[in-house]
Amino acid sequence: MGFQPVVLATDALIYLLLALAVGFALYARRHEHLRAPWRQVAASRTAMGALVVLVVYVFIGLLDTVHFRPLQGQDAQGRPRYATEVLSLLDLITTPLREHREKTYSAPFATHLYMRETIELPDGRKVRDYPRLKWGGAHLADPADRAADIARRVAAGLVLGLAIWGGALLLAARGRPARFRCLLRAPELAALRSAAWTGLVVALLLGLVLTLAGVWHLLGTDKVGEDVFYQSLKSVRTGLVIGTLTTLVMLPAAVLLGIMAGYFRGWVDDVIQYLYTTLSSVPGVLLIAAAVLMMQIYMNNHQAEFNSLAERADLRLLFLCLILGVTSWTSLCRLLRGETLKLRQLEYVQAAQAFGVRHFTILARHVLPNVMHIVLIVVVLDFSGLVLAEAVLSYINIGVDPNTNSWGNMINSARLELAREPVVWWSLVAAFVFIFMLVLAANLFADVVRDAFDPRLRERT
Amino acid sequence: MMAYIVRRVLYVIPILVGVNLLTFLLFFVVNSPDDMARMHLGVKRVSDQAIAEWKAERGYDKPLVWNAGAEGLDKLTDTIFFDKSVRLFAFDFGQSDSGRNIGHDIAQRMWPSLAIAIPIMLVGLAVNISFSLLLAFFRGTYLDFWGVVLCVAMMSVSGLFYIIGGQVLLGKLLNLFPISGYAPGPDAWRFLVLPVIIGVISGIGSGTRWYRTLFLEEVGKDFVRTARAKGLSERAVLFGHVLRNALIPILTGVVVVIPTLFMGSLLLESFFGIPGLGSYTIDAISRQDFAIVRAMVFLGAVLYVLGLLLTDISYTLVDPRVRLQ
Repeated sequence: MGFQPVVLATDALIYLLLALAVGFALYARRHEHLRAPWRQVAASRTAMGALVVLVVYVFIGLLDTVHFRPLQGQDAQGRPRYATEVLSLLDLITTPLREHREKTYSAPFATHLYMRETIELPDGRKVRDYPRLKWGGAHLADPADRAADIARRVAAGLVLGLAIWGGALLLAARGRPARFRCLLRAPELAALRSAAWTGLVVALLLGLVLTLAGVWHLLGTDKVGEDVFYQSLKSVRTGLVIGTLTTLVMLPAAVLLGIMAGYFRGWVDDVIQYLYTTLSSVPGVLLIAAAVLMMQIYMNNHQAEFNSLAERADLRLLFLCLILGVTSWTSLCRLLRGETLKLRQLEYVQAAQAFGVRHFTILARHVLPNVMHIVLIVVVLDFSGLVLAEAVLSYINIGVDPNTNSWGNMINSARLELAREPVVWWSLVAAFVFIFMLVLAANLFADVVRDAFDPRLRERT
Repeated sequence: MMAYIVRRVLYVIPILVGVNLLTFLLFFVVNSPDDMARMHLGVKRVSDQAIAEWKAERGYDKPLVWNAGAEGLDKLTDTIFFDKSVRLFAFDFGQSDSGRNIGHDIAQRMWPSLAIAIPIMLVGLAVNISFSLLLAFFRGTYLDFWGVVLCVAMMSVSGLFYIIGGQVLLGKLLNLFPISGYAPGPDAWRFLVLPVIIGVISGIGSGTRWYRTLFLEEVGKDFVRTARAKGLSERAVLFGHVLRNALIPILTGVVVVIPTLFMGSLLLESFFGIPGLGSYTIDAISRQDFAIVRAMVFLGAVLYVLGLLLTDISYTLVDPRVRLQ
């Protein structure tokens, strides 16, 4: 199958972020003072368990980042013609989920629609009843077999999950039983054991999804009949993008201004302090609201400049990251200024000054490497707050584009349905569970990273 | 002391000027008033005359910063910048885009906001301090460990979940409180109980963990060891020495947020239909009423800066070691 690769603006930044992360990992490997705290993180049971969950989320997000347009036949001149719709690898993998659309709401594991309709019976009579779903449980001739079918599939899924887990462990131990025994008993491998147990939970869930998701709507369907489980998976990328790119885009300005204020002091310090005090005194939500309103006006008036809906939604997401970055760089800048003020008193900086090394060389060679741990800690700590903020902003309608899959949009559209009888709860619960797992893992991981790199920072963040 | 306060107050002025310029840039330079009019009147099929009328009604038809057509001082004052931005310094918020007096609305809606924000702050403070003292008392035990885990878990739950979950559980299923609404006067308490409960619960996670850190910080200090060496009981040490000293950072942390209580809580107010400033702001955002958003940005900045000012002053009052430089 032919395809045309598409790189959206946020995709490019994600690739950049990946490259930076790999570069940092290679750099950290060669420097003992960076390797030691990471070893401490790797020895923590909480951190390794949380890391497994984070890796799963990141993997889903990355699958959803590789975008392309599938081939759709050829035009008159024999040139290939590509679909206008932009798909991702995740869409490709979850094709059945994406295409199994019902008419409207249906509960998780339902065989019938949520609402009554007029159905024509084979003998011509008409009755008002709940119609069967087009896809959910359609493989069953008799809906009464539902419980038995689900039980069978759950059992198969659990076995499959165990098999995946066992296979992964075998691969990790490279078939040597001694390593297994070591993993089970050695007290210094407690962190690895906790990662393995978390991995078991993940593998079991994966097994269940593989056997169940194809024929049932695991988490029901929403108002237009879209599978809620699919929406939740698609929202992972939005959450991760907001959590990571926001800090990435504000990082250069925050780092540069922060260390410059602390190093040069005097009027440079005054100007930079004035700048961030002013920005941080505007209430964050209102600044975001004002900026997003202005962007909406701009986009409405310049609609011709966007090639596709996907591109437009993507730019809006990027803009949201930018504006969230503007509101959140001030705390990092303040921390960096304080740390630089301390560093510039140290002997090696004064020695460099005495030797006549140029200021910017001192900043790059002596100051920057010694404040990088603060940058790392703040990036990790900010992540969970930003993921939570996305949900709230989308609720006030100043978040991501309404067409973008995001947990905030899921909550926003499902909120009004709570008044229905029976309650339509599945969209809300799905979004909340997905957010909760990600944020909890990120919080636990961030705490360990902070304590490993700079325990003193606990008082200030 | 007086000189210090005066200097701090003077420092506030350039910040407010900066905020003012920033909002002016954001609202009038990035997009022209024409764009705003088109947005309100609908993008397609809108005549130039309709735009001109919309602008004239709201005073957006003047030049931005320099009125070349006017006489004398009016060259500066008969402009959008003077009308919409400079007047904010006198707390003259003008008219909203739908023609209501913003200052009057704010004065009215402030009270419901305070009615839920103050109880949330006070009850939350009491609850968080008691929980964190408990954890600090049992530090290093399983109770402490699982307490902190619970705090992190509670911090990881979206604020929207607390609100929606509370409404469904306490309001709809158990039928204890009205789900939303508001009544003026003493009757209001029935509508305030549920939002206050939810507001307190959603703050427990981060609050308790933060205060526990502060307490543990004090527990490690020399005067605590001396107090124990004197033979004081653990309880006397905790209340007499640890709590009293940790109150300094706690109180200054509270002083920062006191002025911003006026702004209300965006989410709680709009979910529970409480006519405060939070829901006022959210309504303005969704109706795209720029005049109100602009006024609230300025008001929020003033209150925030006031909070910083009060913090600095209260620091010097409660902790004489803080020098006034």
